[in-house]
Amino acid sequence: MGTNANPQASNQPPARLTGAEIVWATLVGEGVTDVFGYPGGAILPVYDALRKFPIHHTLVRHEQGAAHMADGYSRASGKVGVAIATSGPGATNLVTGIATAMLDSIPIVCITGNVSSKVLGSDAFQEVDITGITLPVTKHNFLVNRTEDIAPAIRSAFQIAKSARPGPVLVDITKDAQQGTALFDFEAAKPRSVRPHPMRKIEESGLAQAAELIRNAKRPVILAGHGIIESGAESQVRSLAERAQIPVALTLLGLGAFPASHPLNLGMMGMHGESWVNHAIQEADLLIACGMRFDDRVTGAVSTYATKAKKIHIEVDPAEINKIIKVDVPLIGDLREVLESLLPQINERDGSSWLKTIETIKGDSAVRDIKNLPDLGHLYAAHVIHDIWRITGGDAIVVTDVGQHQMWEAQYYHHERPRTLITSGGLGTMGFALPAAIGAKFACPEKEVWVIAGDGGFQMTASELSTIAQEKIKINIAVINNGYLGMVRQWQEFFYERNYESTPMVSPDFVKLAGAHGIDGLTVYARGEVDEAVNTARSAPGAFLLNFKVEKEDSVYPMIPVGNALHEMIRRPESVDSGK
Amino acid sequence: MLHTFVAYVEDRPGVLTRVASLFRRLNINIHSLTVGRSERAGLSRMTVVCEASAEAGHRIQASLYKLENVVDVDDIAQAPSVTRELALIKVSATPRTRSQVFELVEVFRARIVDLAPESLTIEMTGVESKIEGLIQVLNEGEDRVLEICRSGKLTMRRGHHTSGVLKAMNVGADEPAEETLETGAVEPE
Repeated sequence: MGTNANPQASNQPPARLTGAEIVWATLVGEGVTDVFGYPGGAILPVYDALRKFPIHHTLVRHEQGAAHMADGYSRASGKVGVAIATSGPGATNLVTGIATAMLDSIPIVCITGNVSSKVLGSDAFQEVDITGITLPVTKHNFLVNRTEDIAPAIRSAFQIAKSARPGPVLVDITKDAQQGTALFDFEAAKPRSVRPHPMRKIEESGLAQAAELIRNAKRPVILAGHGIIESGAESQVRSLAERAQIPVALTLLGLGAFPASHPLNLGMMGMHGESWVNHAIQEADLLIACGMRFDDRVTGAVSTYATKAKKIHIEVDPAEINKIIKVDVPLIGDLREVLESLLPQINERDGSSWLKTIETIKGDSAVRDIKNLPDLGHLYAAHVIHDIWRITGGDAIVVTDVGQHQMWEAQYYHHERPRTLITSGGLGTMGFALPAAIGAKFACPEKEVWVIAGDGGFQMTASELSTIAQEKIKINIAVINNGYLGMVRQWQEFFYERNYESTPMVSPDFVKLAGAHGIDGLTVYARGEVDEAVNTARSAPGAFLLNFKVEKEDSVYPMIPVGNALHEMIRRPESVDSGK
Repeated sequence: MLHTFVAYVEDRPGVLTRVASLFRRLNINIHSLTVGRSERAGLSRMTVVCEASAEAGHRIQASLYKLENVVDVDDIAQAPSVTRELALIKVSATPRTRSQVFELVEVFRARIVDLAPESLTIEMTGVESKIEGLIQVLNEGEDRVLEICRSGKLTMRRGHHTSGVLKAMNVGADEPAEETLETGAVEPE
């Protein structure tokens, strides 16, 4: 994981500063260069002191955006993202963004102002118990009401946010603590080292058992999750896969952790994973789960999940062991460390017979893919995303929202490198993409950043277009516009007798909306126009919005209905184009 | 099954909420919860008794450890341990009916700690089932039980070399204890 640490900060002699100055000085010491926030009464002392410190503040349009930007910043860079908000509604607006980071184990630190400690608990104007509210959606939080506690609290927050299984931490600071003064000593504020989780230990016997299982497996599959990226274990997973010739299935958040073009890469598993991936898991005799947590979206019905397989679970969080799926060999520790210890015990292995079996399962299903259909005038989201992948050379950071387009992106944009797909997997937060992309762009200004969002989710945080305009940043936005809340409509089609209740959606003209913010854009109606439109967006000097008017009632295939086993999926209709 | 966890937690505001919130989030009902100062400065000792599946014990313990303010957790489970609960029971009793209550108190080795013209208060220490027994016979009697106040379960592993907590803290983990009872020794009344 990247580090924010700023070595120069430690050389400063202790100085008497206001609490507000201590907030920034501590952030500078932690290596923070960018924060995302929104001022207000209870955080004003902090904003007043900002001009003295080398930190860029991005003014958001809604505090949810600030939390998502900090999140996107972290996912793109591996560093800790920082969001700032005032008390009361400012703080509560952060909550969705904090929960999003919690469910996906993203290290962010949120700093909120609160009313003065004298009136704390008196229902003062814009007072809310934000540490109480965020208790279940943060890894930890702090209520600070003394100036001298600010630096230690913020430093602890950074340590907690990025240690072991990362997550969000909130620091709530009363106004009087911001206004008071204290001696600031960055070194002295260093938290004591994290108490290691006593149940997190790598047993030698476990390693030997795992190596034995891998040695004897006939049909092994590696399940590659987000933990690979958080731990920085990409090359170790690759070594394991290549040495023992084990095919790799990825979770949504694992995409990019193992190169899409690698011959051992099967693709995404789970609800919208390709059939051969899920069949391979169901047929496997050994699953090696690396940094993943058997989410219900990847297991299908738990009682029917990979019943023929022994399971090795390599996981940093002891509370994840046997939570959903009972495993045979748990290896509890940092994934990279565990694999470093395991790899010397792994020998070269001939996996050709099992790989051939998977090829047979695969059959012609990849060839029958929608992207290989002739152009009959329809614009399918799959085509749009496949073309964006082709034209960007798969090298962009793609930030997706939540819904059908998110699954199509996962299927048709092939990620070669970690941190090139940024998406809300666990919480499934609509409105995530646009603000998270702003954060990603600040983290990686030299990278090409694409937002891919649906017409529904885009409108949830579309106000952040103003932020893009004010900050003059270059982001390309693809709105996959089908006039529906598409994924909900798909569920209504499959499971609620096509009762499209409250899913058809009237939207503004997105190109005009962008134009009102000084952002150029154009609408795309046909497959033949996609190439030129994508190139126009890329070569535009500023942010650019493409409004793709795609097929209205297209669905994501294959799909495993909730409650079904992984191999019981709804397949793509034979001829998807002929009936329309 | 009933699980009993002993947790050492930082003695500061909000820690109880964090522990309680964990059980709430896992949709587990807390059967009893006692908190008080421990032998270590700045640390409180909690005994949490809850009803959960046999497999849930591992996850609860692992999750408790993830709380920043939790220093140590011991899953007592079925291990040999000393368990006590304190109850204060106020019974409506007049001079005419008192003697029956006195008899019961004698049998249960409880104590009368307050005597008023129309009521008396019993203090009873023991295992849960014994307290339940006293309450049951009091309810079956002539006098009304007015108030019951119970401390919840207090639990300590038998013998101090067997304590996972002490081992985890590296405090006297391996030194033979002078006054330790033999394993399996009868619980003295």
